[in-house]
Amino acid sequence: MRTFRADLHIHTVLSPCGDLAMSPGRIVEEASRKGLDIIGITDHNSTRQCGITARMASAKGIYVMQGAEVTTKEEVHCLAFFENSDTLDSFQVYLDSNLPEIMNDTSKFGYQVVVDEDENIVYEEDKLLINALDKGMDEIESFVHSLNGLFIPAHIDKSKNSIYSQLGFLPAGLNADALELSPASLHNKFEEKHYEINNYQTIRSSDAHFPEEIGRVHTEFYIPQVSFREIRAALKGVDGRKTEIR
Amino acid sequence: MKIADIIETLDLKLISGAGGLQNEITGCYVSDLLSDVIGNAREGELWITLQTHQNIIAVASLKDLAAIILVRGLTAEEGTIEKSNLENIPVLTTTLDTFSVAGILYQLIKK
Repeated sequence: MRTFRADLHIHTVLSPCGDLAMSPGRIVEEASRKGLDIIGITDHNSTRQCGITARMASAKGIYVMQGAEVTTKEEVHCLAFFENSDTLDSFQVYLDSNLPEIMNDTSKFGYQVVVDEDENIVYEEDKLLINALDKGMDEIESFVHSLNGLFIPAHIDKSKNSIYSQLGFLPAGLNADALELSPASLHNKFEEKHYEINNYQTIRSSDAHFPEEIGRVHTEFYIPQVSFREIRAALKGVDGRKTEIR
Repeated sequence: MKIADIIETLDLKLISGAGGLQNEITGCYVSDLLSDVIGNAREGELWITLQTHQNIIAVASLKDLAAIILVRGLTAEEGTIEKSNLENIPVLTTTLDTFSVAGILYQLIKK
């Protein structure tokens, strides 16, 4: 087994709240500087910046977990990751068809653009990405798993847009591959107050919206080599594989 | 006043939990934050909400609420319906919005 450092929750310039400096190039450079081996590209309700970032990261030996940070009908933020471009594309279709037809106002919310290797804008998303999908958390979880993806409720210790803030408590029988803690959990000791989360694997990630936030916390994966399957196996604790939050 | 008594007046449609139709209504609470309902709703109250996730049944059961009314024609999810039937907590839906249904209930309950 080897140790790989992962920060699985990073926004790009595509998220309206993501800093304009969060281009794929800058993210990869920063991740490399921070010694990260695995990064998750998780824009709000869009996967469209994943492909370009994955290609650029791979040149630097960094593996990109491709997915999105989905907003459920209950306004719970959840990370979803997919193994290949087919399932990622299927999920993008699902996002497009379930995000309300409400347009972004760039003066209020910021720009929602996909940029390429040379920082050229190649796509602009018109619909407001920070809206909630017209699908409940359980429905989204089922859909993600039907595509063989990973489903991870995000920053569960936060007082907004978390499973606890929106739904009061962890639903019985929640089918999550892990639960994500925010950087604030380093201080609020959330996991010590909520023993029920010990039934799940936990990860901790940065939720970076600015370059300097990338890797401010991370999760270590103990796996033989990096792949989507190995990451899944570590979350399941298969054959000595494991994760540890840092 | 029982749940069964208000179905016609409010033009409610019963989704699930018919076993609880004789529950007595002591009041009403309006909120979409489950932690707020856990903290502030009282036994026997009718709960008006737009949340449809199965956790609403757990909250209603914990607080001994009389029933749940979903607004704007919302329907309950499968897991919610199952648990509602198990716990005998009626889930009803109305085409009215929260303001309107709460206003009518206020008049009914005040009498």
